[in-house]
Amino acid sequence: MAQVFHRSANVLARASIVGGGLVAIAIVTIASVIYRSPVLTQVNIAKAQPVPFSHQRHVGGNGIDCRYCHTSVEKSGVANVPPTETCMTCHSQILTDSEMLQPVHESWKTGKPLEWTRVYDLPDFVYFDHSIHVAKGVGCTTCHGEIQKMPLTWKAKTLHMAWCLECHRAPQKFLRPKDKVFDVDWKPAADKSERLEAGLKLVEEYNVNVEQLTNCSICHR
Amino acid sequence: MSAETKNIPPALQVVAPLAQPGHNYESISRAISDVILEKPMPKPWYATIAIGLSLLGILGASSAYLFWEGLGLWGINNPVGWGFAIVNLVWWIGIGHAGTLISAILLLFNQDWRTAINRFAEAMTLFAVMCAGIFPLLHVGRPWAIFFIFPLPNTMSLWPQFRSPLLWDVFAISTYFTVSLLFWYTGLIPDLATLRDRSKKGIGRMIYGIFALGWRGSARHWYRYEMAYLLLGGMSAPLVVSVHTIVSFDFAVSVIPGWHTTIFPPYFVAGAIYSGFAMVLTIMIPVRIWFGMTDFITTRHMDNMAKVMLATGLVVFYGYCCEAFYAWYSGSDYERFMMLNRATGPYAWAYVCLLLCNAVSPQFLWFKWVRTNPLPLFLLTIVVNIGMWLERYVIVVTSLTRDYLPSAWGEYAGTIFDWAAYVGSIGLFLFMLSLFVKFLPMITIFELRVQQHQIDNGEIR
Amino acid sequence: MSPNDLDNILTDREAPASMSEHQDVNYWRHANEFNGAVTIDDEKHREFDADDPENLDHAGRRNFMKVMGASMMLAGLTSCARQPEEKIVPYVKPPEHSVPGRFQYYASAVSLSGYAMGVVATSYEGRPTKIEGLKEHPASLGSTDATAQASILDLYSPDRQESISHAGNLATWNQLVADIARAVGEIDTVDGAGLTVLTETTTSPTVQGLMAQLQQQFPEMKWREHDPMGNNNARMGALQAFGRITATKIDFLKAKIILSLDANFLNEGPAHVRYARDFAVTRSAEANADAPDYVAREHFAHDEMSRLYVAECSPTLTGAAADHLMGLRYGHVEALARVVASRVGVANVTADPEKVAALDGAWIDALVDDLTHHKGHAVVVAGEAQPPVVHALAHAINGILGAVESGLVTYIDSPEADATDQQGSLRRLVDDLNNEQVKLLVILGGNPVYNAPGSIDMAAALNKVPLRLHLTPEYNETSELCHWVVPESHALEAWGDLRAYDGTHSIIQPLIRPLYSSRTASQILSLVLGEDATTTDYDLVRRRFSGLYGAESEAKWKKALSQGFVEGTTFAPVSVSYRGSIPAETAAVPTEGLELIFRMDPTIGDGRHASNGWLQELPKPLTNLTWDNALHIHPTTAMKYELEQEDVVILKVGEHEVRAPVMLMFGHPQGVATLHLGYGRQVAGYIAKDRGFNAYTLRDESSPWCINEGVTLKKTSSTYLLARTEEHNNIEKSLQTQAQKAEDRHLIRSGTLSHYKEEPDFAQRLGHHAPERENTLYNPDEKDYAGLSWGMTIDLNRCNGCSVCTIACQAENNIPIVGKAEVAKGREMHWIRVDRYYKGDMYNDTVESAHQPVPCMQCENAPCEPVCPVGGTMHSKEGLNDMIYNRCVGTRYCANNCPYKVRRFNFFHYQIREGQDAPQLKMMRNPNVTVRSRGVMEKCTYCVQRINRARIDAKVAAAKIGSDVTAIPDGTLVTACQAACPSQAIDFGNINDASSRVSLRKQNTRDYGLLADIGTRPRTTYLAKLSNPSPALAGADAEAHTAEH
Repeated sequence: MAQVFHRSANVLARASIVGGGLVAIAIVTIASVIYRSPVLTQVNIAKAQPVPFSHQRHVGGNGIDCRYCHTSVEKSGVANVPPTETCMTCHSQILTDSEMLQPVHESWKTGKPLEWTRVYDLPDFVYFDHSIHVAKGVGCTTCHGEIQKMPLTWKAKTLHMAWCLECHRAPQKFLRPKDKVFDVDWKPAADKSERLEAGLKLVEEYNVNVEQLTNCSICHR
Repeated sequence: MSAETKNIPPALQVVAPLAQPGHNYESISRAISDVILEKPMPKPWYATIAIGLSLLGILGASSAYLFWEGLGLWGINNPVGWGFAIVNLVWWIGIGHAGTLISAILLLFNQDWRTAINRFAEAMTLFAVMCAGIFPLLHVGRPWAIFFIFPLPNTMSLWPQFRSPLLWDVFAISTYFTVSLLFWYTGLIPDLATLRDRSKKGIGRMIYGIFALGWRGSARHWYRYEMAYLLLGGMSAPLVVSVHTIVSFDFAVSVIPGWHTTIFPPYFVAGAIYSGFAMVLTIMIPVRIWFGMTDFITTRHMDNMAKVMLATGLVVFYGYCCEAFYAWYSGSDYERFMMLNRATGPYAWAYVCLLLCNAVSPQFLWFKWVRTNPLPLFLLTIVVNIGMWLERYVIVVTSLTRDYLPSAWGEYAGTIFDWAAYVGSIGLFLFMLSLFVKFLPMITIFELRVQQHQIDNGEIR
Repeated sequence: MSPNDLDNILTDREAPASMSEHQDVNYWRHANEFNGAVTIDDEKHREFDADDPENLDHAGRRNFMKVMGASMMLAGLTSCARQPEEKIVPYVKPPEHSVPGRFQYYASAVSLSGYAMGVVATSYEGRPTKIEGLKEHPASLGSTDATAQASILDLYSPDRQESISHAGNLATWNQLVADIARAVGEIDTVDGAGLTVLTETTTSPTVQGLMAQLQQQFPEMKWREHDPMGNNNARMGALQAFGRITATKIDFLKAKIILSLDANFLNEGPAHVRYARDFAVTRSAEANADAPDYVAREHFAHDEMSRLYVAECSPTLTGAAADHLMGLRYGHVEALARVVASRVGVANVTADPEKVAALDGAWIDALVDDLTHHKGHAVVVAGEAQPPVVHALAHAINGILGAVESGLVTYIDSPEADATDQQGSLRRLVDDLNNEQVKLLVILGGNPVYNAPGSIDMAAALNKVPLRLHLTPEYNETSELCHWVVPESHALEAWGDLRAYDGTHSIIQPLIRPLYSSRTASQILSLVLGEDATTTDYDLVRRRFSGLYGAESEAKWKKALSQGFVEGTTFAPVSVSYRGSIPAETAAVPTEGLELIFRMDPTIGDGRHASNGWLQELPKPLTNLTWDNALHIHPTTAMKYELEQEDVVILKVGEHEVRAPVMLMFGHPQGVATLHLGYGRQVAGYIAKDRGFNAYTLRDESSPWCINEGVTLKKTSSTYLLARTEEHNNIEKSLQTQAQKAEDRHLIRSGTLSHYKEEPDFAQRLGHHAPERENTLYNPDEKDYAGLSWGMTIDLNRCNGCSVCTIACQAENNIPIVGKAEVAKGREMHWIRVDRYYKGDMYNDTVESAHQPVPCMQCENAPCEPVCPVGGTMHSKEGLNDMIYNRCVGTRYCANNCPYKVRRFNFFHYQIREGQDAPQLKMMRNPNVTVRSRGVMEKCTYCVQRINRARIDAKVAAAKIGSDVTAIPDGTLVTACQAACPSQAIDFGNINDASSRVSLRKQNTRDYGLLADIGTRPRTTYLAKLSNPSPALAGADAEAHTAEH
């Protein structure tokens, strides 16, 4: 009696064995790529703000120290987004009638606060503390990227847990001398081994208890 | 013939032939394939699938609401963190043991009476494992995060906790399912080819054709087939033991009196086979009549399976005795109180029933009359199924209600949602079975032909 | 706190509407956003919490199917959902000294039935989030009681009265001002006749001052007082004994022999926190001199212990702490007092021999012997429930025993604003009302319509007044009958002052502007006085303050604000003389028939805390009952009336009756039944409404505490579920078994003092020994960490079971309440529970009971850790058993495998059930603790948020000075439970520091690990309980007390 399938079907059958596997792999890969991409992480995507505040101008240009605005970065878990008052210390003199700064003056007059859009947004079950990181030689730019080159602020890192752990598992790769913590232009030594060596010294010097850094309760409570 | 029977002890005398006389290759093929291709389904089949579907509906609705509201809908609490879900999981996994045992172990011991029942038992195994599979998902507090359990690369750079028995379960059960599926499918290929060739409808031929993978029954095909089948048999043999051993670790690894005991692995495996065979019989006894398979699934099969049940039943009973003995012998107040509480505490009813079902009732299997008569055997298997469910209930619940600190003792009772999930899973089981008998040969056609050949040559009876 | 801060809090008060909106902007709403603190609001958008609380809301169940799809999809997608945009809203002008993301602490006070309890209130970004005790304050000494801890919830309670209302309609302050002005105008013409002010017991100097002004301005006005917790018998007792009302101050640090005549001094009264502390000190005998409070024990030899005799007619925790306990009928307490008095030599006191015969002679002999041999160090305390004569007798006995000379007992002028006979005051009020002599009734706080004795028809009387004003924190039975209802400000949002039990003048300062348009009692009074309606509570308190301290008030005020109270304002002792006349004893008390004893509810008091979910769900001492009151009786008595647990009975007294469920209570005096007041509220919010029954209706104004005649009890066929935090099936049988197992397993180890001296390590010898460290497949030293390593000890000899630790933990760790139904299922969420075990035969007249707080033990070999498939609970390098909520998938394997059953599972989204979804409750949450979602396991982690804060601060400080030691000074880092514990039973610290308090306690020979024999190596250990029975009675109690072998 007649065959149900033509001979060629055999080829299809064989191909499907390989094909199936490939499709599966493809799906997984694509999914994880998307998951790590700016589409979801928002990395390198500048956020619109009520006032187009430029770190490039203030930090890169005027060379204002981070702590001038982010006052509590050394004392508290939060770095503090400056109150309108801080802006007004200068802008009551400079650019007083600039269109761009209207919202700031508005807020100062009405007492109604500015509403900035959060750029670095950790999940609420993660308890990050600026003061300890700064005290132990983690520089601003290590996490916030080359802030001095950002006309509008964007997220420089994914904030994935894996990213946190890069440092918490091997801080020597990222630590820098204390006096360079707020230095946005600081660059680690070009040579890898040299860099690591310096890092290890700092870990020693800062008395960083590395194994403790991976305790769950260090970040999660 | 009579000459031989004399010097065979009565217990070992065959009660009936493997297949009723008067069959040839053609009649066998027709008898089985016609159920699928020609005959209309018998009325009971419609009843079964109807029940199955409605229960399945209950499962769907109740689980949806469960995901919606939270596990509070169930009876679980502090201290009883595990309830019906785990009981059902273990029960279904246990039931899923008959399949591989028959197909693998009996194959390797080359027990010819497996021929007529292995296809069916394996199918049942797969469905039972599916039923078991739904419970972990219902059971966890945050089902949407359950992927944490699988060792996938992720942006947290975290792996699951490989020391946890629950993780071992994931591997054990998925492996078991995969292998059983392969085994079953491989066995199906020649029959699928038969169906392809016998079916008149184009669509049917097409589908059976695809799954028959171009089987032509050439000598080479057969050679490869036998080889593959034997290999798979060898592979899955250890699984029969491993799976329920690992499931038993969920309890044995813990510190809870009544869980923390070394007898569990063997006693769980025995229990599994026990309940597995019980379930096979429960399903098979009516089905063979509905579909007129009495010629191929004879009293002989029932008798043999009953004997296996008797043996494993006794092992289980031995397990119960061990538990009690260890509790006393340990001298530990926790263990002794656990046993005492089990027998006399608030949940004594469950313990007593379980003893009646699992320790007393199988004793009837000593009687040939029970082993060879469908009705009593059928009822008895039902009792055993219930008993095995109760066993898990007693282990999971009573141990948790009263453990170390009296101040933290509690109570447990399943709610309507617990029951919904349970009967729902039974619905899934019935539904799958109905589909199976509708679309696939419930008995291995080609093996029956081989068997017929052997019978004709008087190699076997 | 500097004046500038005051400005920040007090700037621009406006009309209610704009006020609340204004706060929105200026205070808390934005503040917590920019440190990423968790509020459910943010949380619901998070991976951690895919199930949106709002969707889970039961009201929303209708669109169940609709949203179902969405939620399933969410379920699938959570892992790759993008975070929604969030706003950062900084200050415009930041308040001074405030560092974003840091707590600020303010010394203040809360009211403890009218008296001051000094507290330190924690403020986060302008939101009060926690209350702790104030170390320097005499009534607190750094600890608090459960109600003080829970008062933070009162502030944010959704059941609060939010706006001024007139006849049920919204009204404004100005309308109120006008109306009152009119009414006062009329009254003014007749010297204020017809003006009546009804208050609860208060010690506020400001109120006192204003009332004085009022009485001056309106000579005819009346000041009435009614307070169910008003301690009236104490006042009357003093009056009877000395001819004047004084307050009694007891210095338990000097007390070696204590007799409590039905007094629950460890848990009730304005000084109980202080008394509990001092008493604990006298109990902490240490054979080895590591006694932490060595100094405080100056009057005791290092291994000496006080001895407590308790005679009570309803079981209390004080009774549970007794060395010798006697349960008796109400009337027999007086007999006991009399016989003791006459035997110690109080002149012309006679005891009815018939009654005395009913008492245990040997007991009395031993007692009298002890009292007479410890002159100057023996004291008798009379209970509030006992009639004045018993108090008078107590005073007489104390006088004879030289307690007054030795300073053990001090008499001072009552700190109350107006110490008066409240029973009489209430009577006069009712008469005035009924004679329609009251034209304007100003009710400041309280709820007389609900809590007046049933023999008084308050509602009817009230309706005869043309204008009624009620100042109240919540809308209740009384508000319903008042024209004007004015929300009362909470202690954390308004200025005020109070006096402590010893007269210390304490300042109440607000941390936040009133959430609603609320006012204080002082403001209402100033309004009645016709002062400028914009006068603030601040002005009034300041005015009174300068009135009191004149010239130096400015300086004193500044100091008082930072300290919380005014130094050196303790009242000087007054010399009083016992008048030596005790009226002859009243007729014989009936010994047949059921006797009803009324008691304040142990958790919700007289009902004033009924709307507080934390207190409602706090298991009541000894019974573990929650959310209800009941008829407590001894099982034998129950048998007599053929009653069983949870049977509903009808109690009838005169024409009043209540339906009460039966609660079997072991050790309850037989033939006596206890009813707790405070339940059965009809007009109240979700939490309080229709819970339990109102026992006030049975009360008689002449004898409010006991009814020993004409009580009829009728059993009904119905039963009523009582939600207790322990097994429900067959309470008698299961409690017997529990008690037996508790002994077999040596869970609570106790012994007598003498035995302890012979065999200091008796506790460690009991039970099986823990397996050798080496008996493990792993590295035995795996869990010995260098550096910081946390541990805890709980001294059972100090713990009296008051359960404040449970509430403190609940407040600190954002622990939700679950409601009655869930408690009944055994799903309460408390991280630290107080276990109660009875000892001996449940059917004895008195049973010994011991209490054991059980938090997570932080086992070094934690059974919960290896079984979690996702590593949701892991061991930290500081020996903590971390719980990672966002990793947990909810298999509950850890909870099953926890031998201590201290893990709690969120079976539902409890954070938003049981009326807990009110937005204002989010402001109360501790920003440093994750708010747990549905399906997640949670448990105690030694307040890891506090540990982290302390460690980080220490490290930052060290880094600043380039030092490489992280020094967290012992005692600066305390857990919530430890801080709250009045008797300092809990110690926590670094066990690697041999000199830390916790290390010393662990070296103590009484130290033992709970269930250590199963090899969990708990980091939390217990110190065995000691008792100090009289040698004379040793025979009787010996086997009961001596540690079993």
